[in-house]
Amino acid sequence: MKFTLSWLKSHLETDATLAQIETALTDIGLEVEGIDDPSQHLGGFIVGHILSAEKHPNADKLRLCTVETGSGTIQVVCGAPNARAGLKVILAQPGTYIPHNGEVLKKGNVRGVESQGMMCSWRELKLGEDHDGIAELAADTAIGARLLDIMSFDPMIEISVTPNRVDCLGVRGIARDLAAGGLGTLKPLMVEPVPGRFKSPIGVRLDFDAESADACPLFAGRLIRGVKNGDSPQWLKDRLTTIGLRPISVLVDITNFFTYDLCRPLHVFDAAKVKGDIRARLSVAGETLAGLNGKTYTLDAGMTVIADDAGPEALAGILGGEPSGCTAATTDVFLEAAYFDPIRTAATGRRLDILSDARFRFERGVDPAFVVPAMELATRMILDLCGGEASEPVIAGTEPDWQKSIVLRPSRVAELGGVEVSVDRMETILNDLGCAVAEHADGLLVNPPSWRGDITAEHDLVEEIIRINGYHNIPSVPLPRSSMPRPVLTPSQRRAGWVRRQLATRGLVETVTWSFLPEAQALMFGGGAPEMHLANPISSDLDVMRPSVLPNLVSAVGRNADRGMRDLGLFEIGPQFDGPEPGQQRQVAAGVRAGKARTRHWAEAARAVDAFDAKADVLAAIAAAGGNPDSLQVVAEAPVWYHPGRSGTLKLGNKAVAFFGELHPGILAKLDVKGPVAAFELFLEALPLPKAKATKARPLLKASAFQPLERDFAFILDSAVAADAVIRAAKGADRALVTDVTLFDLYEGDKMAAGKKSLAISVTLQPTEKTLTDEEIEAIGAKIVQAVIKATGGELRG
Amino acid sequence: MQDLDRIRSEALAEIAASQSLEQLDAVRVAALGKKGSITGLMKSLGAMSAEDRKAAGAMLNAARDEVSAALDTAKAVLEAGALDSRLARERIDVTLSARPETQGRIHPISQVMDEMSAIFAQMGFEVAEGPDIEDDFHNFTALNIPQEHPARQMHDTFYFGEKADGSRHLLRTHTSPVQIRTMVANKPPIRIIAPGRTYRCDSDMTHTPMFHQIEGLVIDKTTHMGHLKGCLMEFVTTFFEVDEVPVRFRPSFFPFTEPSAEVDIGCSREGGELKIGPGKGWLEIGGSGMVHPNVLRACGLDPEVYQGFAFGMGVERMAMLKYGIPDLRTFFDSDLRWLKHYGFVPFDVPTLSGGLTR
Repeated sequence: MKFTLSWLKSHLETDATLAQIETALTDIGLEVEGIDDPSQHLGGFIVGHILSAEKHPNADKLRLCTVETGSGTIQVVCGAPNARAGLKVILAQPGTYIPHNGEVLKKGNVRGVESQGMMCSWRELKLGEDHDGIAELAADTAIGARLLDIMSFDPMIEISVTPNRVDCLGVRGIARDLAAGGLGTLKPLMVEPVPGRFKSPIGVRLDFDAESADACPLFAGRLIRGVKNGDSPQWLKDRLTTIGLRPISVLVDITNFFTYDLCRPLHVFDAAKVKGDIRARLSVAGETLAGLNGKTYTLDAGMTVIADDAGPEALAGILGGEPSGCTAATTDVFLEAAYFDPIRTAATGRRLDILSDARFRFERGVDPAFVVPAMELATRMILDLCGGEASEPVIAGTEPDWQKSIVLRPSRVAELGGVEVSVDRMETILNDLGCAVAEHADGLLVNPPSWRGDITAEHDLVEEIIRINGYHNIPSVPLPRSSMPRPVLTPSQRRAGWVRRQLATRGLVETVTWSFLPEAQALMFGGGAPEMHLANPISSDLDVMRPSVLPNLVSAVGRNADRGMRDLGLFEIGPQFDGPEPGQQRQVAAGVRAGKARTRHWAEAARAVDAFDAKADVLAAIAAAGGNPDSLQVVAEAPVWYHPGRSGTLKLGNKAVAFFGELHPGILAKLDVKGPVAAFELFLEALPLPKAKATKARPLLKASAFQPLERDFAFILDSAVAADAVIRAAKGADRALVTDVTLFDLYEGDKMAAGKKSLAISVTLQPTEKTLTDEEIEAIGAKIVQAVIKATGGELRG
Repeated sequence: MQDLDRIRSEALAEIAASQSLEQLDAVRVAALGKKGSITGLMKSLGAMSAEDRKAAGAMLNAARDEVSAALDTAKAVLEAGALDSRLARERIDVTLSARPETQGRIHPISQVMDEMSAIFAQMGFEVAEGPDIEDDFHNFTALNIPQEHPARQMHDTFYFGEKADGSRHLLRTHTSPVQIRTMVANKPPIRIIAPGRTYRCDSDMTHTPMFHQIEGLVIDKTTHMGHLKGCLMEFVTTFFEVDEVPVRFRPSFFPFTEPSAEVDIGCSREGGELKIGPGKGWLEIGGSGMVHPNVLRACGLDPEVYQGFAFGMGVERMAMLKYGIPDLRTFFDSDLRWLKHYGFVPFDVPTLSGGLTR
């Protein structure tokens, strides 16, 4: 919402400075978006007097002028055709900021002659578009006077108005709020009905059934004949121009003026072009309207229109029609002031995609009690500016019911607002805002004004009071709290934090990627069902909720590779979406490693990433989350986006806790990423939360006094036997003595028969009660060998 | 026995002449080994008379001890020499690079959320969560945004397809639905923050279709606007880790709060550098207000009994302001250079005792 300072002052009696008004606007909730004060940059300009203007010795089109500054004379080279002796001009001397180009003027040398200043055009001052020559001031202007002292400037103020405050989409509403805020006095607005001289030849009707009667409950109009629709007076043109509206003709300008001045959109029809009576009705599907904006609209059924015998002439509250629009030739004008239903107006405007100042106001709900008064005021203005004579008003329908009574318990202001305000002050504020206030058993009985449809209940009044009283006057109070705060994170939140920092410690870089991705990628990763599509995606490659975090991470790997970073690890902890209902999402910690796990280095051979990198990451993450990796089963199966032979699932019972492995080369090819890429997906909620313990004490350390011993065994096994089976069997051979089994060698080379492999394990025995004798060690060794052979069908390697 | 002096002198001379531990050992074997010369003389003692044996034995023992001591001394010298030469051989170029290790980073969004949790935990806020896919009730209706309310036009919402009953789910446009879920599930007093992903159909220089918000909610019987001011003023000063951050509460409008306020913090822009703190400028950081009675009612709470405040802030925006990150869109680029530059090392767990940021 834009307006000018002088416009505001036409409604507000105030001595406040622009800066004070700016602060007050923000303080009462009318956020200032910007102020354009042309005088801000004009402080350095003075009035000069051209004493002589000679031809420049070295240029035909330039003139060499002697200019009197009030404190001496200077020499100025000027190219303007109207630079002539005797002219009073606007003069800039070196050091003056020139608004048009944003530069500070320097002493110049033009074709060998020094120029000690500049005589300015209106455009150079940003005070107009005129650049045909330098600005000419009146002959009696005082030489040497500051430009600011001889001209007045009207600063433009732009505020943003929240959707509840339609009343502040008119300058008068803003003035009222400022007056309530203590910045001055609201000037009275006198509405004197204009007596009708004749009966309007055009009648108005409301053609609605009971169901749609609220579309337009009140329609007022009147005919004014014998008008002259020329240019608006300069003051009106200036106001419209300053807020960015183009003056068109005085009749149209008056309607625009009312829209911004009083938040009261009106419409004017050229009465000569109206056929029969004017009626408000709902449109019939297929009707068309050629709008004043140059576009033709085909209407759906049920849009509110203003029509005559020929069909729709205007979209109610949104746009006038071109055929019945006023032109310079208009002599008889029919003025419309009506109330249109906000919801229908908004729906029609959205449907036809028309943004207009009228729609903006009607859809927020204009003052329902200001229909007929506005028509009277507009009639007066038309008569004043265009001449003519007015008919009797024609009015159809009645004012919609807007009256409300609200009881305000004064104690609620402090209880909710946290600030003490006296009841007197409350009354004053409410009165200033236009409320009628009376005594009530519980406090105050408040009747909000017709233009404040947003005030419907007690809390609205509390807001009005503390808003006008000033939020800065609310004392800030620390939230009462316990002196020693308790931990507040849930176990699963803490767990996600541990996993995050564990993965980062392992060299993976955390990233955050979109929750949506291209359908093609969703399909590759087990998603893409129709119900997971967005109806209105931001773009076609972000149209489906992600069924896995991995595609985004793989794409990120590709983007980084394109930037020359091929060896990297990324992870993300975030949701994957399993279904379209709220809650059908899982928190996943997913990671990828790409390129080389070890880069080329003098001390070590380079190595590409593989499934065991991903396995190490996911096991570390599980351990960080408090899970026990030993309780998980490793199964050689994984979803289709993994390499079928180089991937696995970590299971807890039947439940998959994590997938890991190399990604399927086919998937990588489709994502245009060079492999190998090792990846994991850990479903955090699938890990059981640790049981709450009664005490933080740890179990007693049982450290054996006896030396542990290690024994190595090698087995020849079928290639298909899982290493895990060997380890589990060895561990199970004597759970008391065997404390650790590690696999230290895998051989599948030429020395093995086809389909066979050799695995070597190291078993740690930890005696707890006495040192083991050689016979006992022998016996346990035999037990271990037996257990492994039984479990795997292999044999001890000799 | 006549040979003893000779054997002893020869052995001592050979010890002295030994250049290596191997040579030395050969000398030892030759003198003191099983078939050694001194050992041989020892064996001959058995054949002597007791008297002779006593005298010869003493001489033999003395000679054996002397040779043995000389061997030990020479061995120590040779070992020290051998170690010296081994160490000299083992010299490395210490300017060679160490084996490479990589360290990951924590994304600024996670880090800032952790910082915020740490601060609000101090004020007794718990951390609540809610789903990204929401229904109309939790995202709009319960938040006092009826179907035809113009405020709905303020949100550009991502919708899913229409269901059989005509309803359609959506991606939450704010974290406020978590307020609703919390109030429905829990009895006051309530103090929660709810950080999380939010979505709006918007993408340009300063908007991304997904971003993060943190929501705050306090519901009890006495909390008022003054507490809202106090809470957020304490928060911003702690969060930005500067001595003073001016905070301005501006009246505004949100359907789910009344009275409503936008929250601005002070800043200066001298020399083109943005600094949070006292200065001429203001930066908007979020919206806030007293929870609207209609919202309380929608959650089954009586607004005549319960009241409180709510606020919402953009996580990326706070991160940008605090850490001087210029472009919102880069948060979601996964550009390794950006992640390493603006990310945080994993040990930097924000705490109030140690400070939020290094």
